[in-house]
Amino acid sequence: MQFYGVDVSSRLLLGTAQYPSPAVLSEAIVESRCDVVTVSLRRETSDGTGAGFWDLLREAGKRILPNTAGCHSVAEAVTTAQMAREIFETNWIKLEVIGHADTLAPDVFALVEAARVLSAEGFQVFPYTTDDLIVGEKLLDAGCEVLMPWGAPIGSGQGLRNPDALRAMRAHFPNVPLIVDAGIGRPSDAVQAMELGMDAVLLNTAVAKSGDPVLMARAMALALDAGRAGLVADPMDRRDMAVPSTPTLGMAELG
Amino acid sequence: MITIAGAGLAGLSSALELARRGAAVRVFEANPSIGAGSVSRFAGGMLAPWCERESADEAVVTLGAQAADWWGRITQVSRLGTLVVAPTRDSAELTRFSRRTSAHRAVDQAEITTLEPALAGRFSHGLLYEQEAHLNPRMALLDLAKAVKDLGVEIVLGTKAPAQVDLDCTGASASVTDLRFVRGEMAILSCPEVAINRTVRLLHPRIPLYVVPRGEGVYMIGATMVESTSTRPPTLRSLSELFNAAFTLNPAFAEAAVIETGAGLRPAFPDNLPRLVKNDGRLHFNGLYRHGFLLAPALAVQAAQLILSETSHANHRQSNTANH
Repeated sequence: MQFYGVDVSSRLLLGTAQYPSPAVLSEAIVESRCDVVTVSLRRETSDGTGAGFWDLLREAGKRILPNTAGCHSVAEAVTTAQMAREIFETNWIKLEVIGHADTLAPDVFALVEAARVLSAEGFQVFPYTTDDLIVGEKLLDAGCEVLMPWGAPIGSGQGLRNPDALRAMRAHFPNVPLIVDAGIGRPSDAVQAMELGMDAVLLNTAVAKSGDPVLMARAMALALDAGRAGLVADPMDRRDMAVPSTPTLGMAELG
Repeated sequence: MITIAGAGLAGLSSALELARRGAAVRVFEANPSIGAGSVSRFAGGMLAPWCERESADEAVVTLGAQAADWWGRITQVSRLGTLVVAPTRDSAELTRFSRRTSAHRAVDQAEITTLEPALAGRFSHGLLYEQEAHLNPRMALLDLAKAVKDLGVEIVLGTKAPAQVDLDCTGASASVTDLRFVRGEMAILSCPEVAINRTVRLLHPRIPLYVVPRGEGVYMIGATMVESTSTRPPTLRSLSELFNAAFTLNPAFAEAAVIETGAGLRPAFPDNLPRLVKNDGRLHFNGLYRHGFLLAPALAVQAAQLILSETSHANHRQSNTANH
């Protein structure tokens, strides 16, 4: 699997916020077996004052996907992306343009515009979007080569609220890496995303706010393995009629 | 003579424990007055290990359970417990908080009204942590300095410590491996219309808030947690979120006077637990994070024991050498 020409072996992208401590985060990163971690760049830290925490993240040795979390306008997201590129020395950017403070739903119009601006500046954009097909097309037109549809609102842990839309996205964009970003609450949600043929999931709260983030990181890694293997193994179809799992022909003749 | 750099929480509590064990102690403080340079001035002053356990290591409970008794010998400690509430919409937060912490009991609306009449009718469920306490951080630090001086410790103000000290308690100024800073923003409100007696925590998925009474209608509200070393004043976003949360607790807070806002940097190690570490040939006591008043006593005892055992070994070696 490749994102913008970079080989990625793990199907988990892990967020790094809200952990009980950086020490727990480091352990969770190891147990998750992820290749990519996301880092939010906030105004509070844009002057380089988050350095202590970033150093700890760099020590984890993972590829860093900075994000524009909490940005509400094109200008804000673009500026944040530019600062992130300087600080983390990467063209990768997870693009979030929030449209609604309560649901944290993406403002897809501003998102497409910001994606166009950033792609023109050489950024490799990972857009946090809805499961709308037309928005997906516009994002690809804007220069994105990866799409990150939501499963449910950020931090809600509701799982995949509209699996049919994600299935349609998979069919509509067979060759575009699709990463479910936001909404994953439990390992079973991650399994479902894999079974739907999604390429990866990006999650944070589900691990960070669980009672044991390190164990949950491991559970998520196992879930992704199971879900992906389940897809590749071509699962049986559902049917209404029962079929005995042991042969009925040639049964023993009892007397 | 045992020398300590820094007359903040770590330095003064260690000085006290050393002096209690009969040691002669001198403390150097670069700032001209006690508390001026200490991040503890922005603290809530909660002695709340059981609530903190929600997101902290079990060590916070084991090390912090006796803190209220320790401080009770030095300063005024209010031992009314902590009341944890959540808006109805966020009642799941209360369930989770209850599951992940101990030493609490459920209280219903009637009992909340009895405990805190100012919250009457606003919250149908809550949790009461009866063993928890709080103090006034600025008063406590001054009372601690007084207790230390009463035991004969010399506090040298406005003077940087010499190059060689036995214990480095300079917090953010110290050079210790793996130390980082977590910014916290707080505000102090004067609102005599609201009478809250004990620490109240309002659970919220985004902006958890605590309100600590300082007496006479004054309240400290806090506190944000940002991985940053910025010391600029609190942001409008942080303050508006804190104020909004206070407003949820009691709409009368809308008329509060904002007496002070501030931001402090909490030194922390990667596990967010304080440590005694040898670095550059001196013992460091650092990383109190958001648990200064809670964990300083236990770490001060450890520091005193460590320093005195090493000093007595050194004396023992010296006298042996002298005998031969």
